[in-house]
Amino acid sequence: MSGQLGIKEKVDVCIVGAGHAGCEAALACARLDLETVIFTVSVDSIALMPCNPNVGGSSKGHLVRELDALGGEMGKNIDKTFIQSKMLNISKGPAVHSLRAQADKAEYSRAMRKVLENQEHLTIKQAEVCELLWEDIEDSSKKATKKITGVKTFTGAVYECKAVVLCTGTYLKARCLCGEAITYTGPNGLQAANHLTDSLINMGVEMRRFKTGTPARMDKRSIDFSKMEEQFGDEKVVPFSFSTNPDDVQIDQVSCYLTYTNEKTHEIIRANLGRSPIYAGIIEGTGPRYCPSIEDKVVKFADKERHQVFIEPEGLHTNEMYVGGMSSSLPEDVQLAMYRTVPGLENCKIVRNAYAIEYDCINPRQLYPTLGFKDVEGLYSGGQFNGSSGYEEAAAQGLIAGINAAQFIFGKEEIIFDRSEAYIGVLIDDLVTKDNFEPYRMMTSRAEYRLLLRQDNADLRLREKGFQVGLISREQYDEVLNKKELIQKEIERLKNTTIGASKRNQEFLEKHGSATLKTGTNLAELICRPELDYETLVEIDSERVKLPKDVIEQVEIEIKYEGYIERQLRQVEQFKKMEKKLIPSALNYDDVPSLRIEARQKLKAFHPVSIGQASRISGVSPADISVLVVYLEQFNKKRGE
Amino acid sequence: MKSDTIAAIATGMSNSGIGIIRISGTDAVLVADKIFKAGNKKTRLTNAESHTIHYGFIYDEENIVDEVLVSVMKGPRSFTAEDTVEINCHGGILIMNRILEIVIKNGARLAQPGEFTKRAFLNGRIDLSEAEAVMDVISSKNEMALKSSVKQLRGSVSDKIKRLRSEIIYEIAFIESALDDPEHISLEGYSEKLGIKVKKLLNDVDKLISSADSGKILREGINTVIVGKPNAGKSSLLNLLVGEEKAIVTDVAGTTRDVLEEHINLHGISLNIIDTAGIRFTEDVVEKIGVEKAKKIASQADLIIYVVDSSVDLDENDYEILELIQDKNCIVLLNKTDLEAKVSEEDFNDKIKNNTGIIKTSTRENTGIDDFENKIKEMFFHGKIDFNDEVIITNMRHKENLIEAYESLNQVMISLENQMPEDFYSIDLMSAYSSLGNIIGEETSEDLINEIFSKFCMGK
Repeated sequence: MSGQLGIKEKVDVCIVGAGHAGCEAALACARLDLETVIFTVSVDSIALMPCNPNVGGSSKGHLVRELDALGGEMGKNIDKTFIQSKMLNISKGPAVHSLRAQADKAEYSRAMRKVLENQEHLTIKQAEVCELLWEDIEDSSKKATKKITGVKTFTGAVYECKAVVLCTGTYLKARCLCGEAITYTGPNGLQAANHLTDSLINMGVEMRRFKTGTPARMDKRSIDFSKMEEQFGDEKVVPFSFSTNPDDVQIDQVSCYLTYTNEKTHEIIRANLGRSPIYAGIIEGTGPRYCPSIEDKVVKFADKERHQVFIEPEGLHTNEMYVGGMSSSLPEDVQLAMYRTVPGLENCKIVRNAYAIEYDCINPRQLYPTLGFKDVEGLYSGGQFNGSSGYEEAAAQGLIAGINAAQFIFGKEEIIFDRSEAYIGVLIDDLVTKDNFEPYRMMTSRAEYRLLLRQDNADLRLREKGFQVGLISREQYDEVLNKKELIQKEIERLKNTTIGASKRNQEFLEKHGSATLKTGTNLAELICRPELDYETLVEIDSERVKLPKDVIEQVEIEIKYEGYIERQLRQVEQFKKMEKKLIPSALNYDDVPSLRIEARQKLKAFHPVSIGQASRISGVSPADISVLVVYLEQFNKKRGE
Repeated sequence: MKSDTIAAIATGMSNSGIGIIRISGTDAVLVADKIFKAGNKKTRLTNAESHTIHYGFIYDEENIVDEVLVSVMKGPRSFTAEDTVEINCHGGILIMNRILEIVIKNGARLAQPGEFTKRAFLNGRIDLSEAEAVMDVISSKNEMALKSSVKQLRGSVSDKIKRLRSEIIYEIAFIESALDDPEHISLEGYSEKLGIKVKKLLNDVDKLISSADSGKILREGINTVIVGKPNAGKSSLLNLLVGEEKAIVTDVAGTTRDVLEEHINLHGISLNIIDTAGIRFTEDVVEKIGVEKAKKIASQADLIIYVVDSSVDLDENDYEILELIQDKNCIVLLNKTDLEAKVSEEDFNDKIKNNTGIIKTSTRENTGIDDFENKIKEMFFHGKIDFNDEVIITNMRHKENLIEAYESLNQVMISLENQMPEDFYSIDLMSAYSSLGNIIGEETSEDLINEIFSKFCMGK
């Protein structure tokens, strides 16, 4: 075999792919002192943003904050390279505030590459991984039948390792479609990875095919911005990372622009639908509903007279502008005609055409919530390979997959976040438990306990886990402990500070259009009134000491929304009961009497880790769960005897 | 360990002399104490020792509901190993039902089928070797409850609930799509619109709760089917019993071509009465379908009322009917006594196995109806016909869900009044949506995401 002649290396972990998932996975492993190699088909494309030029957005911003609290890199990197930033939904409740920043794409990629290059224990290798190396496990007490031993590259080099994290993004057997023109490449004309799929299928991994798309990029000089609405960033920028000094992100920002499609645009699209590879049936992959192409929008929402189009800069040192809202796989000539109907784009010049991309990924139900493969020990995966979409979703999974690959090597318990602990938990639970038929995007409506999972308290929720894993320093952790204490004390003080119906107090209330007091109350009660807040109450709060802004923010939220938060906490308590009931891997569902056949089949195929996860599998009824709980009790007692 | 408090009727629902309502869980004693006043006016259940029995009355706020004996058993020395209270009340269905409702109103929740047994097992009260039996109980009881729950829901009610749910999910999807994509979808001025909508929803759910109270949401009661030849007076009988002109009564034989259904309460006994098309050989297509349907319904009945026109001779149609109702509980009404009799009681002797009585009536002159009502009562209290007890439980469960939905919607109103941000509305709207979903047995997990994508144009 030619492989005999190639080089042979021995490392701890191999990361396949250097996109947003791969970077986080690699950094996590290397920072935990494991010898790590990260493979990429092009070193110049590390942390590439092949689609939209931004990080964050509704619920995605939450993911970045959580990832940062756990010791990930994305938040820090966007803080270094953003060119505009906004807190979305600021007029709505704190649970749905979400950061979104425009990135300088080239700078983002360069900055991340620098972090990787300077990370101890991390080696960057430009090579296509073509094959996974594995051996059978004889031990029948284990669920997995295989064990990973290494990877092999196209040139025949073998890297022996204890764990592999697959973060292949949209590169597996990728093909790009622009009308009739089809190229067999990854995004941006980059080389596709055409071999790994076969190796995975040989291992018994179930593959599927998804698609996504991106709009055109235009030359800034050809756009008439006077016909568009200018969109500015926030005056006061909030950083993504809890470790970034807020003073460092108050930079000069660039603008985005808003314009609209019109009936003419829609006419051109409708007239040319036959030439769209999707409508002509050339595309086999399933596309995402939340990120529809402009063709889809026009067809599905035929009664809408216009659709928004956002023109966003791709960076400070380029003239390319991203045309948000108009992704398409129509042929080049139709694209140009269609874009030129939009006000401000009449004379536009397209630098890069819009295209759709198809790629191989897996059915993520083959994964545990640790992101480890159920059937292959030491194999982990994250990002679009798992059927998700989006940079933030990818990064979050990459971090968890990386951490757990490391935990596996150390022989430590792998980490799982449940749905009440983090958006990351919701993301992974949805992926590995539910049927997903399209690239999965995070949405705030997917998080049933979102009042608790706010972007503002991600550090309070997750720093501890980051510290336990070893990605957060003692110092950073102590900061959070200290913050928690300050919050607690201040809430107690406000609840215990009585406010009498004195003349001064009544005048204060009248001044702020708030009902005057009949009997005494306390400061916390007053904060609950919609027209009052912590800051205004300083006038009648003589004992107040100056506290950090982030502490005040938490105090105010905790008090103002206390009733709602408590209700969710009670729901979480119920939810946790089921999550904590773990199902031992030795349990055989054929031995459980009275399960309905459908439930038995589903459970057997699935191997849920807990009763909670089992209850979310479609086709498993509450009665089946009750039966399972009883059986589990008996099973555990018998094993204990 | 803290456990939520559950309650259910522990005895069968048929009319035994005594009924037992069992309450189990951390707050069992507390809940019972709220609704119980001791005969000696002193004893409080909260102070009672374990394994004691107390005489007194169950109150619904100010009103006495029943005279009862209440036993208090503290965990772990009880069936479930939790604090348990058993209320021994009079055995009538209505009474038991009423007390259970009061218990639930005061903080317990309705037990799932098999839940007491499950708890007993999980708390170590039932031997490991019996686990299998426990699992069987849970699975078969749930299966049954599920079947009856969906089957018993009136079609119009389930349509109504579906409509309410689709209205609710639309609002949630709108809010959520705006939260997910604030730059595309605006919520300006939305609160007022939602306020109007939620008020309407509250009103609708409230109506459903009232109909649950009067037993109108389920096809409940003893399944009673009226059969007979065309123009024997079946519809007239139904009208008499119901007290309104529901069925069309004419002199033309074969008027009732479909099946009419009516719910009546006869001296505390629920009857679900179905009037059928007269059974005869016919060439009329529509009528033929009605006849087939009548035969099918009669075969599923708990009780058959066979109305015979005593002024005409028995013919082959009568013999066919007799064939059909061979093994059924049956009351024969010799109707039209105001006319000259051609048929007598003797003609039916030994023709029906479970013939429990022949009564002469005249629906035109309203005679014999009292005898007929008494007959049903007698049959019921002698246990000859059985009440379908799943129905009351189902009704209670549905009502519990309706009340939950109402409370969630009310919470939306409170949030609106307090000018809470929009994202708070959707949390409680979602709870209402899933409570209503429980009634019609529909899962909710992916509905919202599907609604968002199908109704609102999102994103990039």
